[in-house]
Amino acid sequence: MANVFSNIAGWVNERAPGLAPMYRKHMTEYYAPKNFNIWYYFGSLALLVLVNQIVTGIFLTMNYKTSALEAFNSVEYIMRDVEWGWLIRYMHSTGASLFFVVVFLHMFRGIMYGSFKRPRELVWILGMLIFLVLMAEAFMGYVLPWGNMSFWGAKVIISLFGTIPFIGDALVQWIMGDFLPADATLNRFFALHVIALPLVLLLLVVLHLAALHEVGSNNPDGVDVKHGPKGNRWDAEKPADAIPFHPYYTVKDLFGTGFFLTIAAFIIFFAPTFGGWFLEHDNFTPANNLVTPSHIKPSWYFTPFYAILRMIPSFFGTAIWGVIGMFGAILLLALLPWIDKGEVRSVRYRGLGFRIALAVLVVSFLALGLVGAGVTAELIPAWFPHADVTTWENAFGRLMVLGYFGFFVFLWVYTRFGFEKTKPVPERVTMHD
Amino acid sequence: MIKRAISSIALALGLAVATIPALANEGGEGLAPAGTNVADRASLQRGAKLFFNYCVGCHSLKYVRYSRLASDLGLSEEEVMTNFNFTGAKFGEPVISHMPADDAKAWFGKDPPDLSLEARAKGVDFIYNYLNSFYLDPSRPVGWNNTVFPNASMPNVLWELQGLQTAVHGEAAPGQEAAVEKLEITTPGRMTPEQFRGATRDLATFLEYTAEPAALERQSIGVWVILFLAGLTFLLYLLKHEYWKDVHDSH
Repeated sequence: MANVFSNIAGWVNERAPGLAPMYRKHMTEYYAPKNFNIWYYFGSLALLVLVNQIVTGIFLTMNYKTSALEAFNSVEYIMRDVEWGWLIRYMHSTGASLFFVVVFLHMFRGIMYGSFKRPRELVWILGMLIFLVLMAEAFMGYVLPWGNMSFWGAKVIISLFGTIPFIGDALVQWIMGDFLPADATLNRFFALHVIALPLVLLLLVVLHLAALHEVGSNNPDGVDVKHGPKGNRWDAEKPADAIPFHPYYTVKDLFGTGFFLTIAAFIIFFAPTFGGWFLEHDNFTPANNLVTPSHIKPSWYFTPFYAILRMIPSFFGTAIWGVIGMFGAILLLALLPWIDKGEVRSVRYRGLGFRIALAVLVVSFLALGLVGAGVTAELIPAWFPHADVTTWENAFGRLMVLGYFGFFVFLWVYTRFGFEKTKPVPERVTMHD
Repeated sequence: MIKRAISSIALALGLAVATIPALANEGGEGLAPAGTNVADRASLQRGAKLFFNYCVGCHSLKYVRYSRLASDLGLSEEEVMTNFNFTGAKFGEPVISHMPADDAKAWFGKDPPDLSLEARAKGVDFIYNYLNSFYLDPSRPVGWNNTVFPNASMPNVLWELQGLQTAVHGEAAPGQEAAVEKLEITTPGRMTPEQFRGATRDLATFLEYTAEPAALERQSIGVWVILFLAGLTFLLYLLKHEYWKDVHDSH
């Protein structure tokens, strides 16, 4: 048997001699720092969810009908009459939400340990492009079941483009292919969701990994293992503090995968709508352009950005400032490598100011999520029965917008003018277990 | 290693705790909990009986097939076709009400909605409270009003069971209509209030089932899936531990 395998391997190797070195470069001879902690699971988990979305998505398209008349019914057909259709659909809908959970944590890891800093700026930029495409992908996927929130969500999000001066209205009609989200909109979103954006996403993921493997992974200490002492058990030239990705991190990521799948299975089998956060109540009613849902809000993963949009007032007769703020919030993240001028990467050895600013960023982001999801609009009257809800929500929301953007302003001033008092960074990586 | 295990457990607990408010949020505010249990087959059967006696005259379940009802509720084809099917539909066809849509518009002002997904769109608590909150109101076209869904077009079709409920109004502020303070049963029906709450709970349970027939299967399979994954995760942890021994020893 072993002989058969080595014969096949030899046959392939003779005809494609580049494959084995490629496997070694990215797996058995990709040397990663040995001190990765729990925050380093989310990259491989994002890849896992991407594969889940593609595989379950393929099976969904086998029974989904791309038509404003049939889409809603076909989703219910999948939920009821297709063998295991409910499981495939819940895996896809839960996967979409968990994709954002994992990606948000992955991005936070990058900010916390300075993984975006030189020489990994390109890795970070490619990651931000993945995030942008992922948001477009999720938005269009959300429209496909053609429930009432699909319709109104699409209407609100697309109308954002209407704030662009001069061409806005024409642009909105061009995007929708109609005067309202309609059959034409559904069909083009299907095309983009199912083929165009996934292709771009896959390409960007390959580039993201290729760029990473070129410069090597960062680690929780932010120490450059490549500049440290050389020589480990496998290779005399490679960093002493690094270990081969395969088998060490493949088995470790397998454990993370098992843990993650257990949590995902709990949601899929016992709370697939997640209390209306993953699948919203209003989306179990078919799209109806005459009945507006009582609260139009986007999916939870867009709510922080949606809150920024809502909290920035219109002035000079245009509402475009909120739209600029919303996209600016994402653009600023992409520009982090040039905003943060600090030399020390990891939060472990950075100044107190950075730690506080990072906490402010996290709190503002989460609070904006609550504002965008309408939670504060419910909590304020419940806690303060006599308060004016709009005034207090705007005051709170705008404070949080300030917190979010303040992080970037503070970080630039703090690092550009040398206010940061860093701690000494160790020569070698540290292991904490 | 212990520290990492602790932090993993802490993360898991954190995620679990984070889900509690999300799950608690399921119903609407100010509604009494319906207390349904979709796995209770007897309750489902009673709910189905009520639905086909009182609701199907106007409301369809266009996503629910008679055959699926039979298999999920543990009833025979004959039982379903004689007791539930009044329209001559085939066993494999969905539950469609006999009421002509044009007449419905004329009688109630709007088409009675399809109820297949009502429990997912509005929540079981809404259905349960709505069915308990009808009161006589001569100012309405059909003579009924509802505190949970004011000015609903639907009459109280369960009045024989519940009896006649009337509203006790509070004091009206100047220029405003008096708010309903509470509802009182003035003419008793065939059921005691306790029995009627049970009956409406059964109906809500049945509609919870029709909104997601997979719920029955999903929860019973889910237990095994999670046990399997938890066991697999434990084995993967041991595997990882074994591989990483030399990394930890070497430093």
